[in-house]
Amino acid sequence: MAKPRVKAPKKAKAGEVVQIKTLISHKMETGLRKDKKTGKKIPKKIIESFVAKYAGKEVFSANLATAISANPYIAFYVKVDGPGDLEMTWKEDTGKTWTAKKSIAVG
Amino acid sequence: MSDKVKITVVDRRDFLLGASGIAALAAFLPLGAKPAGAAAWQDAMKQAIGDATPVEGKVNLGLPEIAENGNTVPFSVDVDSPMTDGDYVKAVHVFATGNPRPQVVTFNFTPSSGKASARSRMRLGKTQDVIAVAQMSDGKVYMGRRSVKVTIGGCGG
Repeated sequence: MAKPRVKAPKKAKAGEVVQIKTLISHKMETGLRKDKKTGKKIPKKIIESFVAKYAGKEVFSANLATAISANPYIAFYVKVDGPGDLEMTWKEDTGKTWTAKKSIAVG
Repeated sequence: MSDKVKITVVDRRDFLLGASGIAALAAFLPLGAKPAGAAAWQDAMKQAIGDATPVEGKVNLGLPEIAENGNTVPFSVDVDSPMTDGDYVKAVHVFATGNPRPQVVTFNFTPSSGKASARSRMRLGKTQDVIAVAQMSDGKVYMGRRSVKVTIGGCGG
């Protein structure tokens, strides 16, 4: 269900700060909604964390709560000191994870 | 003439005193009856930053003045910081003061972030104030605030 999408530049200048945009399809079920047919509460199920590593080092992370909209969009910045891989991990509160990887070249 | 003026002044003062007394009582009563209710976001903030007192400034919270759909309200946080190893923003916590659960998100930055800036989309249940609190590497805490009018709420339903 959830498939992450990431927009990152393929190339950057050394020392440049670049914007990374990410989106993952996920309902972000708050646990406050009720099933209209049964009247029962739909259990909470959200993406609770996002971590971005660049060249093996953590550069940015986010802890999400239920107030983040469905299909969480997160945009952040990374300082590109040299070429490397940007590795991103999304974690659901069930423990399930999704990953995405983008390489950034310097030149 | 001066008598008349005097009377109106006294009247107004009496009225104000009475009004403020009632307001103080009204503010006190719900607090006593339900300590967690009105100040849920303050509890959440205390959990995030401890006893530190946030100073207004440095944090720019970007939000629309009017959000037509509370289910997805775009927002941005930008903190004024050089983002060097010695002086950077460690974390920004965002709270929606009028939501049933006030926590929205915590962004954790590092000097390698380059910029203490992030964007996302949030749910807002009703018209309310949104608060962003930034923790700096030197322990200082700054705060930014924005009020948003919400036409259709985005919680539950």
